[in-house]
Amino acid sequence: MLGADAGLTWNLTDDIRQLFEFHFMANAFRAGTIAAIVAGAIGWFVVLRRQSFVGHTLSVVAFPGAAGATLVGVSAAWGYFGFSIVAALLIAAIPRTQGHSFSEETAVVGTVQAFALALGFLFVTLYHGVLDEVDSLLFGSFLGITDSQVTTLLVIGAAGLAVLAVIARPLLFASIDPDVAAARGVPLRLLSVVFLLVLGLAVAEASQIVGVLLVFALLVIPPAIAQTITMRPLLSISIGVSIGVGIAWLGLALAYFYDQPVGFYTTSLALAGYVVARAGAWSGERARRARAST
Amino acid sequence: MEWRARSAGTGLDMTLLADATGTGLTDLLSHPFIQHAFLGGTAIAIACGLVGYFLVLRAQVFSADALSHVAFTGALAALAFGFDARLGLFVATIGIGLALGLLGHLGRPDDVVIGSVFTWILGIGVLFLSIFTTENSSGNSTGGTSVLFGSIFGLSSGQASLAAWVGAAVALAIVVIARPLLFATLDQDVAAARGIPVRAFGVVFLGIVGVCAGEATQAVGALLLLALLAAPAGTAQRLTNRPYLAFLLSPAIAVACVWGGIVISYLVANVPPSFAIVALAAGFYFVTLVLTTLRHRPPRAFARYGNG
Repeated sequence: MLGADAGLTWNLTDDIRQLFEFHFMANAFRAGTIAAIVAGAIGWFVVLRRQSFVGHTLSVVAFPGAAGATLVGVSAAWGYFGFSIVAALLIAAIPRTQGHSFSEETAVVGTVQAFALALGFLFVTLYHGVLDEVDSLLFGSFLGITDSQVTTLLVIGAAGLAVLAVIARPLLFASIDPDVAAARGVPLRLLSVVFLLVLGLAVAEASQIVGVLLVFALLVIPPAIAQTITMRPLLSISIGVSIGVGIAWLGLALAYFYDQPVGFYTTSLALAGYVVARAGAWSGERARRARAST
Repeated sequence: MEWRARSAGTGLDMTLLADATGTGLTDLLSHPFIQHAFLGGTAIAIACGLVGYFLVLRAQVFSADALSHVAFTGALAALAFGFDARLGLFVATIGIGLALGLLGHLGRPDDVVIGSVFTWILGIGVLFLSIFTTENSSGNSTGGTSVLFGSIFGLSSGQASLAAWVGAAVALAIVVIARPLLFATLDQDVAAARGIPVRAFGVVFLGIVGVCAGEATQAVGALLLLALLAAPAGTAQRLTNRPYLAFLLSPAIAVACVWGGIVISYLVANVPPSFAIVALAAGFYFVTLVLTTLRHRPPRAFARYGNG
């Protein structure tokens, strides 16, 4: 629909001028950049701590939040942030049970996710929403992002990053070697609760851009690519954030010029990057081994 | 094409329901769409309950989650290219089910890999959804929603009886392999030593899960089928330690959830049947979890089998 009058030429400056011709598109880029930076930095620790499925669960819970907020007539952002933060607190409150079997845990997580999605569906039905709204909540949308939404994303994202900066060093220590960290007096429990809260913020931000079902594209895949390239924390986090921003920008630009949904482009770009990074790491490993054996 | 005819699903349901609500339970069964929902829904519930029992026992709930992602993409791919959604649905779920069974022994890829691949599969599904919606610019875009969230009230009589036959076949297949599969699940090594082809059973089982997932997608949708697979089975395994009793209890609970969901959705305006079904299933499960935990009964399911 947009691609019709805004065709892609090979004149790059002209294309970029076209891209920012509309205010909503400039807002989409602002929002996408903020979400990608926040998700990339926080996601780096998510990948390190192997909590990517916690991130996925939090984002699925954000769906009824956003749909419910629309139903009662407040901004969807309230629902995103409210529900994913409450869910983060609940997950933090569940004691790490030893007796419960792994098989039961998967059944519980699966049921919680399905119930959250069903609840969101109920809210949209009660709202008599256009069914396109379900799709944009689930799979992301870049249309109609307002100035105030961008401000909210910026303020909350900055707060999340500030908290992360404060806890980053002990969190890194606790994630890599929890036993030694505990022995040195690092408050593991407090750190993991604070981190879950920050994760809730990041998930809520990313969900608003790529949709609740596709947060992996900004939260998990860019940091995973970065960790394949290097494990030096600061460098790796910066690479992850840059890749995330790149995916968001390219995805938005492609969605603008070629009429396909932004969720398709961001996930495809992210997975392609991941495959390339893994293949590169694998061939590098092989070359090193070959050199070592000769 | 049939799917398209009923792909007005959700919208149609609501108008039918608007006429039907308030008439009470007495003439519930006089509506053809309710009869079809009961016929297809019961078969789907029995199949899901039986299959789910083994899914939970084998800790393979996330395989079913993976299948629900490909169900979405498969169905929408078929719709986008103008085929019946069920064709894409079953090809995708059975194919991926068998693939998971065959590849599962090559070592477990980590959660980042699984999550990334399935996120991308969903992304492809969104592409097909957009192609399908653009092609059907007549405003008939509910096909995607009925794939995601099901449309049990949209089952035609032919679809309902097909669902009943497929459900019966799935149930029969599971009952036939139940004994050796239970053995292979509880004690893989001993079962293998006794000459049970453990691996083949694993592959066949995931193939059956694929059929069941494709079937259940029509009732509760790709995103919600996990509840029908996991929750009744989880509840049954909490309620009893006896395998065969749990194996029978699980489909009974699933059927109760589907029947209850249909009735609730019929009586209460605007409550979609898939929500009511999933809410009942999740509600049963969480109440059971809380009650059994409060009674300080540790989940010792199958302890006596595990030791022997």
